[in-house]
Amino acid sequence: MNELIASTAAELAEKLAAKEVSSEEVTRAHLERIAEVDGGERGVHAFLHVNTEEALGVAREVDSLRAAGGDDAAELHPLAGVPIAIKDLIVTVGQPTTAGSRMLEGWMSPYDATVIKKIRAAKLPILGKTNLDEFAMGSSTEHSAFGPTRNPWDLDRIPGGSGGGSAAAVAAFEAPLALGTDTGGSIRQPGAVTGTVGVKPTYGAVSRYGAIAMASSLDQIGPVSRSVLDAALLQELIGGHDPFDSTSLTDSFDTLAEAARNGSVQGLRIGVVKELGGEGFQPGVEARFREALELLRGAGAEVVEVSCPNFQYALGAYYLIMPSEVSSNLAKFDGVRYGLRVLPKDGPLTIERVMGATRAAGFGDEAKRRIILGTYALSAGYYDAYYGSAQKVRTLIQRDFDAAFAQADVLISPTAPTTAFRLGEKLDDPLAMYLNDVATIPANLAGVPGLSLPGGLADEDGLPVGIQLLAPAREDARLYRVGAALESLLEAQWGGPLLSKAPVLGAAKTGEVN
Amino acid sequence: MAEITRDDVAHLAQLARIEMSADELDRMAGELAHIVDAVKSVSEVAGPDIPATSHPIALRNVFREDSVGHVLTPTEALSGAPDAADDRFKVPAILDEE
Repeated sequence: MNELIASTAAELAEKLAAKEVSSEEVTRAHLERIAEVDGGERGVHAFLHVNTEEALGVAREVDSLRAAGGDDAAELHPLAGVPIAIKDLIVTVGQPTTAGSRMLEGWMSPYDATVIKKIRAAKLPILGKTNLDEFAMGSSTEHSAFGPTRNPWDLDRIPGGSGGGSAAAVAAFEAPLALGTDTGGSIRQPGAVTGTVGVKPTYGAVSRYGAIAMASSLDQIGPVSRSVLDAALLQELIGGHDPFDSTSLTDSFDTLAEAARNGSVQGLRIGVVKELGGEGFQPGVEARFREALELLRGAGAEVVEVSCPNFQYALGAYYLIMPSEVSSNLAKFDGVRYGLRVLPKDGPLTIERVMGATRAAGFGDEAKRRIILGTYALSAGYYDAYYGSAQKVRTLIQRDFDAAFAQADVLISPTAPTTAFRLGEKLDDPLAMYLNDVATIPANLAGVPGLSLPGGLADEDGLPVGIQLLAPAREDARLYRVGAALESLLEAQWGGPLLSKAPVLGAAKTGEVN
Repeated sequence: MAEITRDDVAHLAQLARIEMSADELDRMAGELAHIVDAVKSVSEVAGPDIPATSHPIALRNVFREDSVGHVLTPTEALSGAPDAADDRFKVPAILDEE
């Protein structure tokens, strides 16, 4: 495999700054990798759109600025010239944004998301848009209207979801960095099952302006990468206050990379959440998790058990609050302002009937299920019992976090209860699918930040296991400090990154030579 | 098992403006009942003294000057519309004239 695509973003940034390699070479290497492993019947299918010309243009611009030297070169962002992939829920001028839905097939946004503006200003070549469950609704990427993404560890298995495309792109070395969005685990759970790093920042730490909304009080954009330091560098780049997002925080989050570079757990209290384990958790996941705890103890951390008794209601509260917000947010797809318009087959041509036909044809099964469930939960007569109660449970979960963080500096759990399951295995059982997010949802309900990093391979299937760290709101730096420490302890044991154990994809696998 | 009939789903689908076939209504009624059963325990957890949380991080309202910022041009705003005319979105009849 080309050494350039195996490098982390931080390594690429150093090589670019030292002019050991050009951004055009780096970008081309990734585009070639995409061409090699992404397409075809057995391809990873992480990308819905590849942005070759624009990416190479930005790369060449960075290269000429560097070559010219002077102030312009000195002022380049450290990640300038390092390519990135973008989850196709985030709007971009010049490339289609589909949200994985027929409703928006081929739709071109007239504006850029704030995170995209920041990425353009820092001159990261955008490689393309990555696959996702329709409108980010799912845990397997199988609900994409454009076909599932495959897990690079086993092409017959799911890459997680909803951001399976971004996680698989990074795991398959098609991109060193990617953006995801996380409403109930859509960055962290794909990270866990693909052996990559994914972070959901504190709610409001990264602007949501230009992320097509699923559940506005839960959605958060965050970084996807192969190392904790890379995620920190990317979160620093995309974060910061944005007047276009009324929930954007004014706090500064500029010590994340520093925290990742100074990973340490000495004297830290790490709380194991009693309720996030046991029944439903695969033995191989629990075994790797317990070993990680031993490593942390050995490095000087104090591991304590904490109880969050209301977490058992988190999944239920989430599946009332999220669909309620979905039913409202997706009302805008009405066949008038953008996207699909379908005319009814017969009868009078009124706007109401056009909406009904458009939404019937444009939304897939899971989107319809959630819209109807949300409409139900918000109906007169049920509102207090369902939506109102779920909001109260949200308060109880926040109180559980407060109590836990009084006893521990960070919390720890497996990210997902199982490793990657087979494509199709849970597609006909919505409730089984929803259980994948049981350990990630509490963070969204409370707005606290969460990080998933690779914890090793499960004994029973040889597939990646994720370890989740959670910190109090606004304490994202703590996640990076602990995450980097655990990552280096684990990699010392493995003798390198976990992904070096992944099966070889592409031409090399069959011995083909171009 | 929660009581969600096919007629209930038909009503919800009408409110949500999604046309559904008879098969879809039947399937959705069964699935919804299962999901509601799985989540309804939340209604028994919190007492009347627990306040509701609508937003994860406490925020207060922020004011700004009421000045015109950068907005989309009519061409940009209409660029993705299925139908447009005279700088406006064009829609089918709002009222059923039958």
